Amino acid sequence: MGKQHYQINVNGEAKDVLAEPRELLIHTLREQLELTGPHIGCETSHCGACTVDIDGKSVKSCTVFTAQVAGKDITTIEGLGSPDGMHVLQEKFREHHGLQCGYCTPGMITRAHRLLQENPSPTEEEVRFGMAGNLCRCTGYQNIVKSILAAAAEMNAAKEAAE
Amino acid sequence: MNDMTPPSREERIESLKGMGSSRKRVEDARFTQGKGNYVDDIKMPGMLFGDFVRSPYAHARIKSIDSEAALAIPGVLAVLTAKDLEPLGLHWMPTLAGDKQMVLADGKVLFQGQEVAFVVATDRYAAADGCEAVVVDYEELPVVVDPFKALAEDAPVLREDLEGQTEGAHGPRRHHNHIFTWEAGEKEATEQVLDSAEVVAEEMVYYHRTHPCPLEPCGCVASMDKVNGKLTLYGTFQAPHAIRTVVSLISGIEEHNIRVVSPDIGGGFGNKVGAYPGYVCSVVASIVTGKPVKWIEDRMDNLMTTAFARDYWMKGKIAATKEGKITGLWCHTTADHGGFDACADPTKFPAGFMNICTGSYDIPTAYLAVDGVYTNKAPGGVAYRCSFRVTEAAYFIERMIEILAIELGMDAAELRRINFIKKEQFPYQSALGWEYDSGDYHTAWDKALKAVGYDDLRKEQAERVEAFNRGETRKLLGIGLTHFTEIVGAGPVKNCDILGLGMFDSCEIRIHPTGSAIARLGTISQGQGHATTFAQILASEIGLPADSITVEEGDTDTAPYGLGTYGSRSTPVAGAATAMAGRKIRAKAQMIAAYLLEVHDDDVEFDVDRFVVKGAPERFKTMKEIAFAAYNQAIPGIEPGLEAVSYYDPPNMTYPFGAYICVMEIDVDTGTHEIRQFYALDDCGTRINPMIIEGQVHGGLTEALAIAMGQEIAYDEMGNCKTGTLMDFFIPTAWETPNYTTDHTTTPSPHHPIGAKGVGESPNVGGVPAFSNAVHDAFRAFGLRQSHMPHDHWRIWKIANGLGLHG
Amino acid sequence: MIPAAFEYHRPADIPAALAILDEHGDDARVIAGGHSLIPMMKLRMADIEHLIDLQDISELQGITVSGAEVTIGAMTTQHDLINNADVARVAPIMHEAALQIADPQVRYMGTVGGNVANGDPGNDMPGLMQCLGATFHLVGSGGERAVAARDYYEAAYMTDREDDEILTKITFTAPEGGYAYEKQKRKIGDYATAACAAIVQMDGGTCTSASIAMTNLSDTPIFSEEAGEALVGTACDKAAIEAAVAAATGAIDPAEDNRGPVDFKMHVAATIIRRAIERAVSRA
Repeated sequence: MGKQHYQINVNGEAKDVLAEPRELLIHTLREQLELTGPHIGCETSHCGACTVDIDGKSVKSCTVFTAQVAGKDITTIEGLGSPDGMHVLQEKFREHHGLQCGYCTPGMITRAHRLLQENPSPTEEEVRFGMAGNLCRCTGYQNIVKSILAAAAEMNAAKEAAE
Repeated sequence: MNDMTPPSREERIESLKGMGSSRKRVEDARFTQGKGNYVDDIKMPGMLFGDFVRSPYAHARIKSIDSEAALAIPGVLAVLTAKDLEPLGLHWMPTLAGDKQMVLADGKVLFQGQEVAFVVATDRYAAADGCEAVVVDYEELPVVVDPFKALAEDAPVLREDLEGQTEGAHGPRRHHNHIFTWEAGEKEATEQVLDSAEVVAEEMVYYHRTHPCPLEPCGCVASMDKVNGKLTLYGTFQAPHAIRTVVSLISGIEEHNIRVVSPDIGGGFGNKVGAYPGYVCSVVASIVTGKPVKWIEDRMDNLMTTAFARDYWMKGKIAATKEGKITGLWCHTTADHGGFDACADPTKFPAGFMNICTGSYDIPTAYLAVDGVYTNKAPGGVAYRCSFRVTEAAYFIERMIEILAIELGMDAAELRRINFIKKEQFPYQSALGWEYDSGDYHTAWDKALKAVGYDDLRKEQAERVEAFNRGETRKLLGIGLTHFTEIVGAGPVKNCDILGLGMFDSCEIRIHPTGSAIARLGTISQGQGHATTFAQILASEIGLPADSITVEEGDTDTAPYGLGTYGSRSTPVAGAATAMAGRKIRAKAQMIAAYLLEVHDDDVEFDVDRFVVKGAPERFKTMKEIAFAAYNQAIPGIEPGLEAVSYYDPPNMTYPFGAYICVMEIDVDTGTHEIRQFYALDDCGTRINPMIIEGQVHGGLTEALAIAMGQEIAYDEMGNCKTGTLMDFFIPTAWETPNYTTDHTTTPSPHHPIGAKGVGESPNVGGVPAFSNAVHDAFRAFGLRQSHMPHDHWRIWKIANGLGLHG
Repeated sequence: MIPAAFEYHRPADIPAALAILDEHGDDARVIAGGHSLIPMMKLRMADIEHLIDLQDISELQGITVSGAEVTIGAMTTQHDLINNADVARVAPIMHEAALQIADPQVRYMGTVGGNVANGDPGNDMPGLMQCLGATFHLVGSGGERAVAARDYYEAAYMTDREDDEILTKITFTAPEGGYAYEKQKRKIGDYATAACAAIVQMDGGTCTSASIAMTNLSDTPIFSEEAGEALVGTACDKAAIEAAVAAATGAIDPAEDNRGPVDFKMHVAATIIRRAIERAVSRA
């Protein structure tokens, strides 16, 4: 089976990609769409560095074929925040030293974003459990957890202020 | 606030964000937004992709390689084998340890996963299909995975290329699978001490084989510009300049025609120090095809082939008086180096700094011998978050102390206390040849014991043992103590080199006319935050805000020559170079300031961000003003511009230390554990950025947790690697990782320009024995002396089972 | 790690899926969440020429709870299961077990159908389904049929399902009584070293029914009828629980792997089974 056209929506934009059915989403994103934020760490769905958001789910994009996500809405780290305005999570990771080499960070933040959508006021334990699909070799997680809790607090305060 | 009020001195200091400031990292804006630039992000026109055919066998003769089917696959352009590399002399390459290593299998393979052929294709999918289609005919040979069996008389000959060679890079070889013997200290004197000692504790301590496993695996992009004769090599290199020199030496391309670039690196931990066959094959493939060639490991390649760490069998004897004063230490290590000796150590140290194994203790007499051995395992022996075997040394001595405490029936904290090198003994000459620069171990130790409530913990532990014996609980309490001394900052050129390259480091600074600056260094960050912290050192040294200073590393065309980042050497060596280059800038600035203020050079002094006239603080020139003057004033006797470069050859290593205490609950029926408390006191000398230090400690402790509690590279008897994916190679998640309490004392290094010692590796060096000692300590009351790591569930269970705790 | 090439099919309904299965026989495989299959394909340990993606088939979706009768479509994800309030209410053991599977990302994709159908002894749902006495519904060119979860598993990756059949849904009657799913693993994301599902019903201090099943302790999930019988009619006191543990461990045959050797696994299994029963009794 040769290459096929697949329509996917990535960070709010409709994209037509030409790919073999066996092409993994992480490769489509990184190599065809030049979205190199999501990274490849383990390739067996253990590390979470390739995490993206697909239709409101956190998904390891190294373990999904692009063919499977045709027609779906995909958000990568590049779709959170913008160069002019960082997402609260991005700011808090910086403020609380929630990253070192930065390789796991896009997956971490993308996952944390979904976690806070589903549970806006998590406990530390819930953050640790909810982030357990993402490995980090540098930080020991302590400051990642702190960053996410701080982001949750700030997002909640902003929500309250708006109401 | 009155706008006219000049900032106070404190405000001026604060605005620089210099040393001591928890400055936020400048790297983070790009990393948090997915805008990092890692090697696999690099895309070049016409770029090809290379992938390896790897051996499924640990020891086999290669009878034939058939590439025909592979070459028929659309997109596959070339299949390189040793035969193709041989005419170029590139089928073997030198290792950092003075051995040589096959780039592609030359007649036989020596470990599972060894590189057999390199398939070059238009993309990674075609390359993978090509690898699948290459047919290799192997003849299996007997496998040796045990270094002791490898030294048996009738053991199979692994390195046929060395047959008959009785002399290796580090002296005589006494067996066909023997690599070297390396000795330090006084053998006879130590044996005499042991013979006459009141108490001798003896034990075999094994530090198992593991792997640094950075989240980003190794990789490169080689691009040969045939028109201009220039080779550009991007890659995950912890030592880009050394890679440039090595590539030049082995390829014959002149060094000025090679540009090596380390882009952002997704963690290194020692994995990315060495030179791997993938780099050589990519370069050759680019020369052959005229196109850029990318090679990126997958995780299995990474765990199975590049850069294992540890695998030291350390037999120890420690002698003491009945009162617990240590009188001597003896150690014989059998070091399993795998199929090729590719250890990343300074040339004169084939067992790294294993001779720091007297640790924090005043041990008058000691002897160490290390035998390196070939086995059918992957080559490597890298310093995984470690300064060249310090982790092994620290683990060894911290286990021997615990075992001696058992032998003496003493409290292990007290035993340490009475044997620590005393503050007034520094600089301290160790029995195995090092000069420790500074330390205050007793203060750190007392602070740590007090912080955790040590005496109460021991009471609780005793009560727990009683409750266990009464059948009221199945959980034991372990208190893991460690006081470690590191040796980092390699190192003085007089005794530290890699492939003949002295282990100095460098910094070049250019101050721009408007008072901002760029500093370039010979090191390369892999997450340590150099762009943040080196700017802080400079800010304090030259009085310009850290926010106005760009730090750049990793491009050999622009950065001054340096030996790279590993072994916690960046701050001790390049950090010193940075301070020294800053001082050169300041010296010139002083002359400019004196000229501008119309006073003698000696009549001005540096004050935070300016030079002031002594005794007249209202008369000053700021560094910003001085920078501009350097470019727009004709000053008699002074060249225009404001630049400096410093190559720093450290007079000594630095010796960070720390006191770690781990409190662990252990379930004797399941072998599971829970870390109840972990207290880490680090003394890394002068602290540059406390936020980053704390982050380094958290990360290093978590790597230590992994190593101590489950992480290993394990082989079966056939030499099959059993831990090739992250399913089985243990990396804890946020769920298994505890919170840590960090603390510090500050004992500056007397010989370092800013007194800093380095910290990145301390938590791994100290963390592993702390976790391991906690496991051992939990079972001390039931008679445990020594049980090898990793302490995964079944091995802890086995301890309990062996002690009869399962009824 | 790159999979070999294959043809991709995304049928809209069951007949279309069955037609593709019929046409390609052994060369075709269905894919649900793909988190077991895709890694195997990437390691080139599974060679598949035709991949049939079931995601568009609406009949395979959804959870319905009607009184105590629970129906779970095969394509229901672990995440869906965890977040379904009705399931959490009538079958809390399912909620408890699903949370112990893999990690958050995998639970968004991993399906109940995939977990029970492929016969991987490491999967958690098969043991749980045996404990619940669930029924698996299969459809093939020969029509529909139902198989008890307790009769479905034959050996590792070998099940009662024929190559041309698709597992469509799982049904069970929500149990009453106390429950527990106890699992020991090396870390989040790992398969069980030992795991046990227990459901115990007590009436006036006497056990009236008990169901015990185990995960990853043999090459199939193990339902131990004897273990349940050892509890029924007792007060679930220490002696009864030990009898049940002895019966359950008598039924397992764990294999050595990286998690540990057999004697360790037997001991841990006993501990985990004991804890599962004790916790189920405490909730009964």
